Amino acid sequence: MITVENLTKTFPGSTGQVRALDGVNLDVAAGTVLGVVGPSGAGKSTLARCVALLERPDSGAIRVDGTDLVSLDGTALRAARRQIGVVPQGDSLLRQRTAAGNVALPLEAAGVAGPQRRTRVAELLDLVGLTDKAGSYPDQLSGGQRQRIAVARALAASPSVLLADEPTSALDPDTTGSVLAVLDRARAELGVTVLVVTHDMGVVRKICDDVAVLEDGRVVEHGKVLDLVTDAASRTASSLLPAVDQNPALESSFDRVADVVLVGFAAVGALLPEATSRFGVELNLLGGGLTRLGETPVARFRVGLKGERADSALEWISEAGGSVRRTLSGPQGVAA
Amino acid sequence: MRSATPWSIVFDDLLVATGETLYMVVVSTLIAVLLGAPVGIWLQLTAPGGLKPRPVLHKVLGFVVDLGRSMPFLVLLVVLTSLTRLLLGSTIGPSAAIVPLAVGAIPFVGRLVQNVLAEVHVSVVEAAVTTGSSTLRIVRSVLLRESLPALVNAIGVTAIALLGYSAMAGVVGGGGLGDLAVRMGYQRFNDRYLWSTVVVLAVIATAIQFTTNRVARGVDRRRTASV
Repeated sequence: MITVENLTKTFPGSTGQVRALDGVNLDVAAGTVLGVVGPSGAGKSTLARCVALLERPDSGAIRVDGTDLVSLDGTALRAARRQIGVVPQGDSLLRQRTAAGNVALPLEAAGVAGPQRRTRVAELLDLVGLTDKAGSYPDQLSGGQRQRIAVARALAASPSVLLADEPTSALDPDTTGSVLAVLDRARAELGVTVLVVTHDMGVVRKICDDVAVLEDGRVVEHGKVLDLVTDAASRTASSLLPAVDQNPALESSFDRVADVVLVGFAAVGALLPEATSRFGVELNLLGGGLTRLGETPVARFRVGLKGERADSALEWISEAGGSVRRTLSGPQGVAA
Repeated sequence: MRSATPWSIVFDDLLVATGETLYMVVVSTLIAVLLGAPVGIWLQLTAPGGLKPRPVLHKVLGFVVDLGRSMPFLVLLVVLTSLTRLLLGSTIGPSAAIVPLAVGAIPFVGRLVQNVLAEVHVSVVEAAVTTGSSTLRIVRSVLLRESLPALVNAIGVTAIALLGYSAMAGVVGGGGLGDLAVRMGYQRFNDRYLWSTVVVLAVIATAIQFTTNRVARGVDRRRTASV
């Protein structure tokens, strides 16, 4: 696992000091994937460079399995770097080396002997699904394949933490999927703790267990993706859930109007129909839709209810695990 | 009016002079590369944004290198006579010319190598840093290996530059093609010597260029067709 504690970093700017990171705290449990998102200029790159131990923060700690790596130097720093595999931003493969040669680089640095090195390289090429490209040079590979080789290289020295800095920023949607699948596989098969820095919420949607939203060098939101989506006020919910359109004319004909967020297969499939039959209310879907976060189906619907026991029905949905937020646009919305 | 020197004699003289020139160029290029490359590596490592940024040291080193490059070779040839005597015990002959040739080319090679190494993309170097590689390993496996094609070309450029400078070796009795052209061709109005040395020099320069191009392409793994 990796913990970032109170990380601060300032750079000299044209108008005085620029505070790129302002007391950043992060916590990634072993074997989970954390996505760090935020607008450009929020400090994502600086955070990634600090965690990659390429940039020294002004203060704070970066702990991998409890040990602070920030203050290390020389040989100790080089050894510490092997605990954090890094997929750097942009093209980072050696163009004069084959795919296998690139994957071997961290093993050479760690002093792994030839035969073991070759075995390990073969394992990793298999993990990223590029065994047949072992002898190809980077210029013979597609962007997605190069990025998967970069992931294999980052994993070569068996780090406990994998850091990926904008791993999909230069890729089209199809290849993005293949790179994310490889990151997910690294977590699942190797138990690696993954930290992905990205501007793309799609990455969070597909592979992240947790998410941290960075803004002006601060973490403004940090938690489990599936928890945060049920909080309507969260940035994670607004960017990951299907949008609901306002339609006051339609909504005024219902007794109650509410936004319901349902997480998980059972909730999405059964909760609303069961509420309808249990309380004898008429329930209409007015907007929203279904999406998938990782493997979990998640829905956000705007529902309109008619019937005497509409309030009880909404209460029951809420108790049964749905997240209910009554809107003010319905006629009795104020009462709710 | 004298009659023109017979071609057989011109040919024999050319052969000797070509041998002297090749000896001076090959040996001085080797020495210049062996001593100049570390200077270039050092310049690049200490540069701002380099692996071991040392701005002040970098500036001082850069100043010394540029000072060396601005020194006219003819002056260096004379100034370095005491160093040549110290190293070889003599200050005349082709070997004596090698000392100033090599010394003069060290800063030249240094700058060339630095420029070549600076072309290796920073994300590639940083990726190697994050693997826990030592600086020495990064210099060897990343900086030098990634820029090998350009380095081979830089060696060719150096050799051709030294081919030009070796023409002045006659000043210290170094002989060679340039010396032959000046003494026998220019000063004695002997066109056969003058033009035949020019032809031989052109052939040598072209051969160096051709060879280094081929080698550079041979060691380059970029843009290799996959089919």
